[in-house]
Amino acid sequence: MPPEAEAPGVTIDNAAAGGRHVRDGAPDAVRTLSYAEAIREALAQAMEADPRVFLFGEDVGIYGGAFGVSGDLFKRFGGERVVDTPISELSLAGAAVGAALTGMKPVLEIQFSDFVTLAMEQIVNQAAKIRFMFGGRARVPMVVRLPGGSGTGAAAQHSQSLEAWFAHVPGLKVVQPSTPHDAKGLLLAAIDDPNPVLVFEHKLLYKTKGPVPAAPYRVPIGVAAVRREGRDVTIVGTSVMSQRALAAAKRLEAAGVDAEVVDLRSLRPLDIATIAESVRKTHRLLVVYEGVKTMGIGAEIAARIAEGDTFHALRAPIVRLGGADAPIPYNPVLEKAAVPQEDDIFAAAMRLIGTRA
Amino acid sequence: MDARTLSVDPQPVAQAGERPELAALDTGTLRAALTRMHLIRRFEETAEASYMRGLIHGTMHLSIGQEASAVGSILPLRRDDYILSTHRGHGHCIAKGADPALMLAEFFGKENGYCRGRGGSMHIADIEGGNLGANGIVGGGLPIAVGVGMSIKMQKQDRVCMVFFGDGAANEGAFHESLNMASIWTLPIVFVCENNKYAMSMDVALAMAVPNVADRASAYAMPGVTIDGNDLPAVVAAARTAADRARSGGGPSLVECRTYRLRGHSKSDRNLYRTKDEIDAWRRRDPIARLTAELVAARRFTPDECSAITERAQATIDAALEFAKSSPDPDPAELTRDVYAA
Repeated sequence: MPPEAEAPGVTIDNAAAGGRHVRDGAPDAVRTLSYAEAIREALAQAMEADPRVFLFGEDVGIYGGAFGVSGDLFKRFGGERVVDTPISELSLAGAAVGAALTGMKPVLEIQFSDFVTLAMEQIVNQAAKIRFMFGGRARVPMVVRLPGGSGTGAAAQHSQSLEAWFAHVPGLKVVQPSTPHDAKGLLLAAIDDPNPVLVFEHKLLYKTKGPVPAAPYRVPIGVAAVRREGRDVTIVGTSVMSQRALAAAKRLEAAGVDAEVVDLRSLRPLDIATIAESVRKTHRLLVVYEGVKTMGIGAEIAARIAEGDTFHALRAPIVRLGGADAPIPYNPVLEKAAVPQEDDIFAAAMRLIGTRA
Repeated sequence: MDARTLSVDPQPVAQAGERPELAALDTGTLRAALTRMHLIRRFEETAEASYMRGLIHGTMHLSIGQEASAVGSILPLRRDDYILSTHRGHGHCIAKGADPALMLAEFFGKENGYCRGRGGSMHIADIEGGNLGANGIVGGGLPIAVGVGMSIKMQKQDRVCMVFFGDGAANEGAFHESLNMASIWTLPIVFVCENNKYAMSMDVALAMAVPNVADRASAYAMPGVTIDGNDLPAVVAAARTAADRARSGGGPSLVECRTYRLRGHSKSDRNLYRTKDEIDAWRRRDPIARLTAELVAARRFTPDECSAITERAQATIDAALEFAKSSPDPDPAELTRDVYAA
């Protein structure tokens, strides 16, 4: 892994950071787990609790997953519940639809989120629309896990951030956990959800560590988390950008700027209320995301704030930081330049503070 | 009016000298099959007439001429077996036991249609009846069938999933992926290709490197048969063999029904890609007329009995049309209801 891979290793205590989440019962133990371990624990607990849950995908079984996420689940649950599959993304997505329609709760791993391009038909035309097309007489409780993002030197076809594509599709839910805590809680919530949920994991986050309650719990889908409270500027981040925003916020604090960091967590449904509440307090909004900036989630957030009453609370134009209008390059210097880094967030926030109305 | 309540005469009365495929079917079963074929024909003729009169909008894909394939394939299935259908799916839906009145109401976009008017012709589903839906995407049902097969197997049920698709879908990647997965996992699936010779306008002979869709079964180590899809007893025999194999744990099969759609692909079709002679030749192989003639010749039914079946089917569809016309429209305030399940 390039050095970049270790960069966002920030340990966050959700509750202490003001994260709003719901827990099922009081967890006795809170351990420090990696993001990947937290996902594995969620899968194991879901499979233990419900025989309808199964995991399938390319190399999720004996190999333990391309990123080691499924690990020993194959040994623990056997090949009938942790199913190695052919490289057939379209039909794997369709198989998730069919299993979900007939009483199972499939969890499909798409090995790299880029490969979901091969499965678009089943996810967009079938999974998202079946309930509506059939007049509410069917449900499709399936989960697709998609490792995404750049920073690992994997170049243009293994590094994309395509989550906004799916947030454009009514009928799908889209979440992006940024901490081990949320990786477990959002995945368990996704498995419980009676709708198709796409969980965009981030490859750079798999090794990051944080507190994770041992008991099963759910992080509600569609609720953003205020990770850091502040008065001067609201920085909304998604996935790894939430962690970079937190790191930038520490430096901003040293520079006399008190930034509030909102971790979006869900793209659809979009928790615009939490963002608006924050902006009414800080009067400035910076949205940071890894997907290509053009037509991205930042445009939607900016538009919603600009269209609503919160617009009148703004004292400066809304700023977006997103991916460059270029495929992710291989060269590590170019790769870093293609998506927002901590320095970019710091500089953008400083400029935003400087443009007082 | 409900096709599910058709009476079934229990006594088998095969006549001496019948070919085995016909002799295997008792008269009650044949009456039910002929009734459903007529229901499909009348349903589609009524839908077409309603469209021509401006009573319904959108488009439709009629399966007139393909009724034996739909009814014969589904005949060996149980009510709790699953089917997945295609954009040309009215026949599958009626054959699986759907109520034509609720189907026509859906066609008319009405709130009490099968899909509350949200799906229309191309997305009719009857989940309770085991029809997991027609599909607007060519080959869209094939991958879903794999998941249904996995689900049946994981839940240790003895159900079967039958998935219909056309010759056009056989050239989609989904076809190859799905047959492969069904085979490696020995899934209880019957793949039924309704080869009606044209993928919209593309002749299957020009579109496919092998002469028969069923030739491709060997690549996925499953049985593949090509049959006369306009011959109801032959379709039933092939489907029963495949369904029995699937139900008994033997895995998937591919049945290719050679048939023909006597109408165009959809309402925009001007038949530029085929000749009137060809259409007329297939009209002479009309599956309903063929079955009726064979049953009368075999003395299973008198001509009067056949006429009565036709008339009852017409009456059912006439009543369905009145039901559809008089049904309420959806409320626009409920537009986004059911985008998500709660």
